[in-house]
Amino acid sequence: MIQPPNDKSDQAIIRFADVHKRFGSLVVLDGLSLAIPADRTTVIIGPSGTGKSVLLKHIVGLLQPDQGNVYFHQQRINELSERQLEPIRKRIGFLFQMGALFDSMSVGENIAFPLRYQGLNSERDIQQIIGEKLAVVGLSGSEKKMPGDLSGGQKKRVALARAIAMDPEVVLYDEPTTGLDPIRADVINELILKLKEELKVTGIVVTHDMASAFKVADQIVMLLNGKIIAQGTPEQIKTMENEDLRHFIEGRANAEDLKALHRL
Amino acid sequence: MTPADPPPNRSSILMPLEFLGNICVSFVLTLGDFVRFFMAILAGTLRGMDRFGLHEMFSQMFDLGTLSIPVVMLTGFFIGAVLVIEAYPQFHALGLASRLGSVTVLSVVKQIGPVLTGVMLAGRVGGAMTAELGTMCVTEQIEALRSMAAEPVRTLAVPRVLACVVMTPILTIFSDILGIFGGWLIAVHVQGINNDQFWHYARVGVDIYTINTGLIKALFFGLAIGAIACYKGFRCGNGAQGVGRACTEAFVTSFIVILILNLVLALLLTNIYVMFWPNQSPIL
Repeated sequence: MIQPPNDKSDQAIIRFADVHKRFGSLVVLDGLSLAIPADRTTVIIGPSGTGKSVLLKHIVGLLQPDQGNVYFHQQRINELSERQLEPIRKRIGFLFQMGALFDSMSVGENIAFPLRYQGLNSERDIQQIIGEKLAVVGLSGSEKKMPGDLSGGQKKRVALARAIAMDPEVVLYDEPTTGLDPIRADVINELILKLKEELKVTGIVVTHDMASAFKVADQIVMLLNGKIIAQGTPEQIKTMENEDLRHFIEGRANAEDLKALHRL
Repeated sequence: MTPADPPPNRSSILMPLEFLGNICVSFVLTLGDFVRFFMAILAGTLRGMDRFGLHEMFSQMFDLGTLSIPVVMLTGFFIGAVLVIEAYPQFHALGLASRLGSVTVLSVVKQIGPVLTGVMLAGRVGGAMTAELGTMCVTEQIEALRSMAAEPVRTLAVPRVLACVVMTPILTIFSDILGIFGGWLIAVHVQGINNDQFWHYARVGVDIYTINTGLIKALFFGLAIGAIACYKGFRCGNGAQGVGRACTEAFVTSFIVILILNLVLALLLTNIYVMFWPNQSPIL
């Protein structure tokens, strides 16, 4: 059974209310309403180009909805200026899809950037935090390396270390396990679980990796064509009958997807 | 309308007008967007730079300034030398060859030095700055900065623009010195003009206002190069193609703006000179 989107949850730390977003003629979010519960991990799944990353960027105000509202702790954030968004952004860590490490800075400087920029920590504390966060992602001793010297997976792990450097209350993970070997991907899954369990971090994970999704999720939401087509716990999702959902989680192409192949 | 339908007559008549209208609308929108970006740079400058901005500014001053000195000096030297070689026959025919000192120094200080430095920087540094910022834009680094409550304009654009504003006049001085040296070398050691006469007329023809005219021009050229390069980098399109196009646009736009600014500043600064010193000609 497909659950209707629940946008009135009292526990919601982030809430989307009838959010519409389009780029030119391309509709990316089409009246999306969603509540993200606090201290839980919500996994957003869906085919490429359905607006999952766009949804994440609305949470930190990198994108603004054309219509509808986005709330963070009951505060409407979609009409705030860049300056007004700063206190909210300090409470959210963002792991970008391609890592988005600063090329001109070393690994250590990348992780230190948010700390130094906010100027809240002493240099000794910053060095300690860099060491701790690198150990968490399994890259101890890489402080001096430049991003150009790292593999794709290592970059992603450094980016994750940077995203959690400020000990945020919410972490947005945009495809955290893509490009990682299965063992390293599982380490990242365990890290997401650990952050939630020990530090009560609210996680929002965008992924195509269903093994990761089922492992870390408290709630799974499937997007298709800018709308939520399924929402529930991993157990509920596994038993739902929706055809698009079944195709996606089982990794099966449908007849429409295969039509082009028949022309060969 | 099916694809087989002929296009309505209206479009064939109005198409050029629509095309022209689209260009005008696009130009006004881009100009408005650039003005907003430029105001953000000004606001960021007035608020002062953070420690990252300061570090970035010194790093950029080294990259665009110190590393550009050899190329700016080299081009200055050759242009100064060629100027004398080509001007000498006319001046010699008029019996005014000794005045070449004045003409050379005046041309180099007021015109060739700043314009040449501006164009060299637009190509060498403007393109590189646009490419760097464009790549940061394409790889989400600028969004990453924003997501960490940092201000990309203040952190990335302000230091680059200030570095251009500071370094362009300094590089112009280097270009001026080598341009004059190149002219002197040819005039005195090749064309046989008397050394004392060369420097006498050089001193008479050039006063402090003339030198400042060139440096003020260079300052504005630096501002234009920095602001345009950063703007194009921040508004870069997708992929490698987007970065390439942004670099080309940055150079072409900077080049055109330098030429326009040169004209406007030449008119303005000459009129100011005449206004304050009405009894003296700005050009000997």
